[in-house]
Amino acid sequence: MKNLWLFFVRYNAFFWFILFFVFALILTIQNNAFQKSHYLSSSNKVIGSFYQEIDSWKEYLSLEKQNRELSEENAQLRSNLYGYAQKAYLDSVKIKDSVDIERYRFTPAKVINNSIHQKNNYITLNKGAKDGIKSGMGVITSKGVVGIVLNVSPHFSTVQSLLHTETKVSVTLDSLDIFASLVWGDNTDSRFAMVQDIPNHIKVKKGNKIFTSGYSLFPEGIEVGEVVETEIISGDSFKNIRILLTTNFSSLQHVYVVDDVLGAEKKELEELEESNGKNNN
Amino acid sequence: MGKIIINNILRYPVFIVLQVFFFKNIGYYNLAAPFPYVLFLLLLPIGISNFPLYLIGLITGITIDIFYDTLGIHAAACIVLCAFRIFFHNITLDRKFDKSFITPTLSVMGFKWFASYAFLGVFIHHLFLFFLEVFSFQNISITLLSTLMSSIFTFSLILLISLFFYKKKSRILE
Repeated sequence: MKNLWLFFVRYNAFFWFILFFVFALILTIQNNAFQKSHYLSSSNKVIGSFYQEIDSWKEYLSLEKQNRELSEENAQLRSNLYGYAQKAYLDSVKIKDSVDIERYRFTPAKVINNSIHQKNNYITLNKGAKDGIKSGMGVITSKGVVGIVLNVSPHFSTVQSLLHTETKVSVTLDSLDIFASLVWGDNTDSRFAMVQDIPNHIKVKKGNKIFTSGYSLFPEGIEVGEVVETEIISGDSFKNIRILLTTNFSSLQHVYVVDDVLGAEKKELEELEESNGKNNN
Repeated sequence: MGKIIINNILRYPVFIVLQVFFFKNIGYYNLAAPFPYVLFLLLLPIGISNFPLYLIGLITGITIDIFYDTLGIHAAACIVLCAFRIFFHNITLDRKFDKSFITPTLSVMGFKWFASYAFLGVFIHHLFLFFLEVFSFQNISITLLSTLMSSIFTFSLILLISLFFYKKKSRILE
């Protein structure tokens, strides 16, 4: 017994190592299985407010660029508005259509933490459940797609960035009626992404624009990027292409969280379809 | 001895804050990312006993994890680094240092010892860090490449920091 005790004391460095390492490993695996531990992540109130404080200082560095982008967007919106106003004058009869129901609601939010150098990147926003943000909503900028809301706390929310191995967005190619999925893929650069599973007979040219398809959480027709490299062969009947993203992930500041108002209704209907299918089988 | 303990306590928040608010934003795409906070663990006094060493390693790792949203990964890598530290001290240092409370800095230990200590420690830490992050042996070449590049990055930063605080005083090793 004494010898056993001496043995443990002599190699205590090793036994402590095993104990601590297994503990850390359990933490890691639990965290992987649940995607996120809800308490120890950056949507935590304390850590979130830390990031917000730091960000309020960092913001000054890019004020000029932010201002320019916002004013550009203003101009764009103004021209859109003008188009609508003219239409209203031209149409003498106003037809009330179900299409007029507000489909998407946009909540502006500020990025208070962002990463682009990890394999799986996350973004923290300064709006949370109190501002109506829910898990699963899409996040866009005035120029492109950013990601999907993952966790929400009362004042903050974390976003699974497009630069994440598990993010997939349904997109369509400019002027070609096909649908494919946008992923970060094997890229290591935050400026590029991949579009997967394009049928081989479709001819894609460099410079073609990519838009969101409206099948996923995002409104239809948001520009996502343009093709820079075609014909990355993935299999026999499908190919992948590389695109240059319009979203600049390295200087992300102002974003919009998209609430698909009719999304729940759409999902309900689609689930009905699915259960019907099961009954038939 | 009291001074060394206070120095270490002060060093902890400084390294954490530098890591999560400054070094986190630096990187070569996602191939190389620096983690110079490990210098805090490397600089703990030589005579520290094993259990407190592992405990400090675990706490440091978890603190970094909370800011990186990767609970457990940095903690595990830090534990491995602590084990390496004990092993390296055992095979390179005399028994007489066992109870001494010296901080193993570049100025005290000399370049040769410190460089091999820091580089091997950083490499082993990063190796575990990246493999736990990927959690598979697929694309092993990319993981190894980013481990190596990140190690070189971190090591250079650690050398820079050490040279910045270099003091000419009597060495205990030649």
